Amino acid sequence: MKQQLEQIRLQAIAALQEADTPALLEDLRVKFLGKKGELTAVLKLMGKLSPEERPVMGQIANAVRAEIEENLEARKRAVNAAVLEAKLQAESLDVTIPGTSVAMGKEHPMNQVLQEIKDLFVSLGYQIIDGPEIELAEYNFTRLNTEEGHPARDRSDTFYFNDDDSLLLRTQTSPMQIRAMENAKPPICILAPGRVYRKDEADATHSPMFHQIEGLVIDEHITMGNLKSALITLMKSLYGEDAEMRFRPHHFPFTEPSCEMDMQCHKCHGTGEVDGQVCSTCHGEGWIELLGAGMVHPKVLEGCGIDPEKYSGFAFGMGLERMAMGRRKINDLRLIFDNDVRFLNQF
Amino acid sequence: MKLNRKWINEEFVDLSHISDKEFVDTLTVFGQKVETYERLDSEIKNVVVGKVLSIVRHENSDHMWVCQVDVGAKEPVQIVTGAQNVKQGDLVPAALHNSYLPGGIHITKGKLRGEVSCGMLCSLKELNLTLGDFPYAIEDGIWIIEEDCKPGDDINTVIGNDDTIVDFEITNNRPDCYSIIGLAREAAAAFGQPMRHHEPVVKGSDAGSMYEKLDIEVPAEELCNRYTARMVTNVKIGPSPKWMRQRLRANGVRPINNIVDITNYVMLEYGQPMHAFDYRYVGSGKIVVREAEEGESLTTLDGNVRTLTPGMLVIADGDKPIGLAGIMGGENSEIVDDTVTVVFESANFDGTSIRKTALALGMRTDASAKFEKNIDPMMTVPAVERACELVELLGCGDVMDGMVDIINYVPAPHTVKLEPAKINALLGTNISKEQMVSYLSLLEIPVEDDEILVPSWRPDLNLMADIAEEVGRSYGYNEIPTTTLKIAARGGYSPKMLFESACGKACRALGYNEIITYSFVSPEIFDRIRLPEGSALRNPMRIQNPLGEDTSVMRTTALPSMLDILSRNMAYRNKSVKLYELAKIYLPKEGQLQPEEPKILVLGSYGDNADFFSIKGELEAIFAALRIKKASYVADRNNPSYHPGRCAAVSIDGVQVGHIGQLHPLVAENYDMDAPVYCAEINLEVLMTQQLPEPTYKPLPKYPTVTRDLALVCNEDVTVAEAENVIRKAGGKLLRDVALFDIYRGASIGDGKKSLAFSLSLRADDRTLTDTDSEQVVTNILNALAKDLDAILR
Repeated sequence: MKQQLEQIRLQAIAALQEADTPALLEDLRVKFLGKKGELTAVLKLMGKLSPEERPVMGQIANAVRAEIEENLEARKRAVNAAVLEAKLQAESLDVTIPGTSVAMGKEHPMNQVLQEIKDLFVSLGYQIIDGPEIELAEYNFTRLNTEEGHPARDRSDTFYFNDDDSLLLRTQTSPMQIRAMENAKPPICILAPGRVYRKDEADATHSPMFHQIEGLVIDEHITMGNLKSALITLMKSLYGEDAEMRFRPHHFPFTEPSCEMDMQCHKCHGTGEVDGQVCSTCHGEGWIELLGAGMVHPKVLEGCGIDPEKYSGFAFGMGLERMAMGRRKINDLRLIFDNDVRFLNQF
Repeated sequence: MKLNRKWINEEFVDLSHISDKEFVDTLTVFGQKVETYERLDSEIKNVVVGKVLSIVRHENSDHMWVCQVDVGAKEPVQIVTGAQNVKQGDLVPAALHNSYLPGGIHITKGKLRGEVSCGMLCSLKELNLTLGDFPYAIEDGIWIIEEDCKPGDDINTVIGNDDTIVDFEITNNRPDCYSIIGLAREAAAAFGQPMRHHEPVVKGSDAGSMYEKLDIEVPAEELCNRYTARMVTNVKIGPSPKWMRQRLRANGVRPINNIVDITNYVMLEYGQPMHAFDYRYVGSGKIVVREAEEGESLTTLDGNVRTLTPGMLVIADGDKPIGLAGIMGGENSEIVDDTVTVVFESANFDGTSIRKTALALGMRTDASAKFEKNIDPMMTVPAVERACELVELLGCGDVMDGMVDIINYVPAPHTVKLEPAKINALLGTNISKEQMVSYLSLLEIPVEDDEILVPSWRPDLNLMADIAEEVGRSYGYNEIPTTTLKIAARGGYSPKMLFESACGKACRALGYNEIITYSFVSPEIFDRIRLPEGSALRNPMRIQNPLGEDTSVMRTTALPSMLDILSRNMAYRNKSVKLYELAKIYLPKEGQLQPEEPKILVLGSYGDNADFFSIKGELEAIFAALRIKKASYVADRNNPSYHPGRCAAVSIDGVQVGHIGQLHPLVAENYDMDAPVYCAEINLEVLMTQQLPEPTYKPLPKYPTVTRDLALVCNEDVTVAEAENVIRKAGGKLLRDVALFDIYRGASIGDGKKSLAFSLSLRADDRTLTDTDSEQVVTNILNALAKDLDAILR
């Protein structure tokens, strides 16, 4: 019997080594360990043994069973792993095939830049406001200290809707300053972006419709030092900490003192020359004009019922197209309004 | 405004030690922005004065000459010339080997018919000069130099090109800077140096009094603030001296003759436009400054006939116009070679009137450009005196006694209080009063006992803030310390802006690209989108002075702008395009001047996967993102822009918010589009009123949901919405959701019929539904469908 058991053990182990599919392994399990299997058949003969032999043989039989089971399990694991491996191999994909396309739309590049600027100002405490584009000459000019007869009011520059030139397409976002001052008492801190219109034929740098961003801060003790600080913060946020700015005196009817702010040309670093040639970015000036600003003119404050002896404030205005074109390196303004999806998808 | 640096160095303030770069940078940050600057000698290089030592015929040519030329070097150079006016001993401009002439012409050594030529002798034209610059020269030939110079001298020095031209952008508030004196004053102040002044002195003559010869009347008082005139007789017309010609030329003015050059010189120097009339052609010895009469015309100095209209200011004699005031003189009274007696006009005209006339006639001149800025009326007398002084200096005539000076309007002198504390408070500086006074005095603005005596040329100085600007720029804007502003206010967006921004975000998530289009459109759009006659939208705001018909009305509908862009993209062969715009429209409103300006969301798409249901699904997704209440879609067969069978009016709670549909093929054709186009137009202002409040948490269901599918057969004309409404109504509280999942048409269900398959979700909040519960709901639904819609279970 002992020999029989040993025989089964050797046969089983050898057979298991050969089996390479789950089905063959199952067959072997039935053959050796099943109810009608070889081991069971041998064990059935145990009854015929003497009581002394029985426990000894039982022990041997159990050891054989355990060894076969162990071998079977180990073999199963190996075969399953091989099967899985083969299956996964068969399922291999060409991972370079493009993904299923999910088209995401893009915000217009100009509005992307506008959004960035608006968010920045909101974080600085500015309220974003809106105003009418078809505006009264009163708000667009008169109350901004631009009297009748001023060249900006000419029909060659401004679009009008009526004979007495009292209703127009706003030529600047500045009338929103007046509306803001009418609607609220100081402290006032607003940013007013929007469309503006001037009678220019469309070309690479002009458009009869374009966008401006206007800012206004009114409170007690506002100084030109505050204005400089606000604008430098803005530009460093937009163009980086190492952006260099300069302020130049300028003239606007509704601010006094007035200034323009330039940024040092990032290409020639203010020298106006690149490799001995005139810098193509700043045309040799070394600086790029970014915006106009100034301290709100006392007459403008007064016209809005704000006491210029008590309050002061600053205002600034900038062209969005110029800023967006500069940041996105767009070289023709017409692309902005052409809305070719090949253009829009680039941003 | 152009300025040549040499002029101010020689006459007003010597800044010759300052480099060009420093000069322009300093003036720019001082407030006189330099647009460009250019060395006059940058074009001509390596051209020197040469002395012709010998000249012989070229052996192989019957018209060329071989010259040995002393160019200041050890050895003379050989230059071959084809010109016939060169003689031994002449001084000539010699362009040496490797030299440059205007226009980028490069001269190198070469051989001409076998003879070596180490350069070229130049004519005036080759040096970009004219007879006006050097009147003794001849036009066709080498310039034989009669200037004080020697061989080897740089020709640029002889021409007067050793100079820099600086072009300033002058702001509107500083008309005084349209003059050499004005800019010299700024330059002197910018560099902290005093400026030299010159008071014109006229000696006079015994040639009689102008009062006996000329009467001047100014009936157009409103348009002429001041009219000043003097007369000169025994005039000898000839070229003006070299120094004057050079200064004119450097400033871009062509020298003509001494009298005309004097008027131009004074205009540059003082910024006061002047005119000289030939007295012979001032009919009846009378000058009348008046408005033009209907039907009058004048041939101006440029040879053009100008048709005049009332409102235009003219200088007339006894019966006809002889000049267009402040713009250009008339040909009929022009200074000519035999002019003997001259009237110098130095006037101050109303800026707005001059600007309008110049604009109407399309002839903006140097003079009109100055007048439009409203120049200083106190300048007319010094300017005319200066002109007379120059006549005497040039010895080209006798100044007659007398001066006519008719004053209609000159501003009264005024003062502004110097308030150092307020100025410092506005600037954020701490500048002493003494320092302020010193800044102002450098700008020639006197201060006496804290009162600023505003000079007549600075009408822009009226308030403390104006003085603050002068102090600020003298101190240096860039020196003003920056102080961070602490803003107490909380920034943010209006609810409307947040709504629009969320709307844009949803559109982009669905694959729509944003576009930006013009707000003004062509009135033809109404026909193009087949808007019915009589539609209120056909009454847009009209621009009275548009750039063109194409941009002449403010859009009352945003659809055409979208169609323009879709059409353009189709023309660019861009496949599958999905676009959105948040577009303002402009709707005139009865009883108010300004229109309403609501914003419309416009969607537009064409190409792969574009169909009615995809754009509808996208609109639904946008509404969901914006928390809009459930929208209903009602077929709209009467919107002529859309396919009559594929258009829905979109409403929420009975409030119409817009339209969605396939573009009418005729409209697509009007926009040259041959593929189906789908659009939606939603009024965002109205939509925003239909927004649900911010959501709050509702407990998740505790009991399971039971689903039942129903396939109904109904008549073709029953809409899904109708069926769904009946199901919802009959389903009661337990019916939680209804979803259509199939529509089937086929022989098995018969003609004119269709099968709609709905999936119903049933659930109770307090128990698990039994089969009986669900059966009851389904039975109720089927009964209602049969009764209301004649629909049966398939």
